[in-house]
Order: sequence, then C-alpha cells, then structure tokens
Amino acid sequence: MTTAAHSTSATNPKSSPTTHVYRVYIKTTPQKVWDAITKPEWTDRYGYGGRVEAEFRPGGKFRHLASAAMRAGGAPEIAVDGEVIESDPPRKLVQTWRMVMDPASAAEGFTRLTWEIEQAQGGLTKLTVIHELEGAPKLALLVSGAQEEFGAGGGWSWILSDLKTLLETGKGFNE
Amino acid sequence: MIMPVLTCDHSVTYHFPVTDDPVFKALADPTRRFLLDRLYERDGRSLTELESDLEMTRFGVMKHLRVLEDAGLVVTRRAGREKLHFLNPVPIRLIHDRWIDKYTERRVSALLDLKHELEDTA
Repeated sequence: MTTAAHSTSATNPKSSPTTHVYRVYIKTTPQKVWDAITKPEWTDRYGYGGRVEAEFRPGGKFRHLASAAMRAGGAPEIAVDGEVIESDPPRKLVQTWRMVMDPASAAEGFTRLTWEIEQAQGGLTKLTVIHELEGAPKLALLVSGAQEEFGAGGGWSWILSDLKTLLETGKGFNE
Repeated sequence: MIMPVLTCDHSVTYHFPVTDDPVFKALADPTRRFLLDRLYERDGRSLTELESDLEMTRFGVMKHLRVLEDAGLVVTRRAGREKLHFLNPVPIRLIHDRWIDKYTERRVSALLDLKHELEDTA
C-alpha cells in the first residue's frame, strides 16, 4: 500500500479510503489474544516489541514503550502514546494512537485504532485491526509496511503475522 | 438456472482461511487480481464502484469478491448503508513470512558459501 492508495477520493467522498483493515485468524482463545495486546510481558515478544503501559478504561492513558533493542539503537523511551476510548475485554479495544518515536508521524497527531476479537469456528479467534488514518499519510505509509526495505519494519501485517506465530507456536520470530 | 443468493454475511462464512490454499486459488484468477489491484490503489470501495471497472454482471463481481473474502484477502465493513471492501494484506504476509523467507534465506546462504569458497581458493 502506498500513500497514493489511500489518498482522499474525489469520486466517492463517503467512503473512507484512509482506513486500513488488517485481519488474521489465530488458533487460540479470544482471552489469549486480548492478553497478547494488553499485557506488557506479551507485547514485548512480537512485532516491534516493547512493553505496553496502559489503563484499560475509557479515558485511560496508553503508552507503548520502545523495546530494549530499539532504545539501544537510539529510540526514545516512549514509542507510541494515546488514550483508551473503549475497553471491553476480551472483545474490543478502541484507542487513539500516535507514533511519537517518529517526529514526522507524531506531527500528524492522533489516529484511531480499533481491535476486534471474535471467536470463530474450529478453535480459531478472528482478530481485526482497523486503523483510521485520516490526515496521517506518513503514518499510513509506516504501518502499511511500505518502508520495510528502509528499516521501518513490516507494519501491521508483520506484527499480526508474528503475533499469530507466537500464540500458535509459543515462539515469536526472534525467539 | 437459479442464481445462488450470496448473503455476504460474515456469520455465514463456511470455510476459514486456516491454510494457504484458498489464498493461492483466489490469486490464480486475473479478475480477482484486478480487483485486488483496484483496492490497492484505493481501499474501502463499494460493490457498485468495483463493478463499474469490470465488464461483468453484478453477480459475477460478487462471486469473485466472495472468493477473495473467503481467502481473507478482502474484508468488508459497513459504513452507513454501504458495504465497503478493504484489501487485507495479512494472508500474503503470512505466506511471505512462512515460505518466501525460508527460500531466500537458503539462496542468500548459498551465495555466501560460494563467495567464501571463491575467496578461499583465490
């Protein structure tokens, strides 16, 4: 996905082309998925790593700290900040999300992120991540994984792929 | 012939994309790849919008979208009265992470072995 792919539409202003939707099926329970996205000992083990510090209630502060490896590479302490809008464990989490680690993305302000967790057939859990990126083209590029070859990581697709591996095999990509 | 009515309702999804097979099958068709390309250019399109790009009946387009949805490559969301289609890149990422990486790694290490061998004999 590129920035152009998500630019505002002139033909259909009603649609929301700046929204990204990512979905993955994981052979685990909704509770385990909820824990993996809300508990620091889990969030440090997949994707970009780093511990989450948050109060999961409406208005609660949300902070995703940079991983030890990132801080060793010069990253600031806080990678992402935001606020919890809705917390309904283990079904739904709505929050604001701003990548403070990258100054260009941080300047675009807060975006809205929704996590939907649903039980599916066959012992599977369906996890859907909806990232509303209106007015945040630089962040959209980062989270789409389009800048992976420049060292920015693979964005949500890569994070969710690693999360699936971790929950299904007990080991993430880097463990 | 009676045209089967596609509900496009997620609660009536019959198969779940637990294997890579539905992804490869979905990608094997040029019309479906075209639909994915359209969503790649701009995400969150309605059926009417996607239909206008193709010389095909509405049912035909719906059928293709359903295959893409079953493979997890397209995710639909309601926005008011409209149902919007989004490209979900995760299944392709899963294939990349589980398969492609494995092969490129081997190729890279083979090249490194060759490099070492050539350097040793030089």
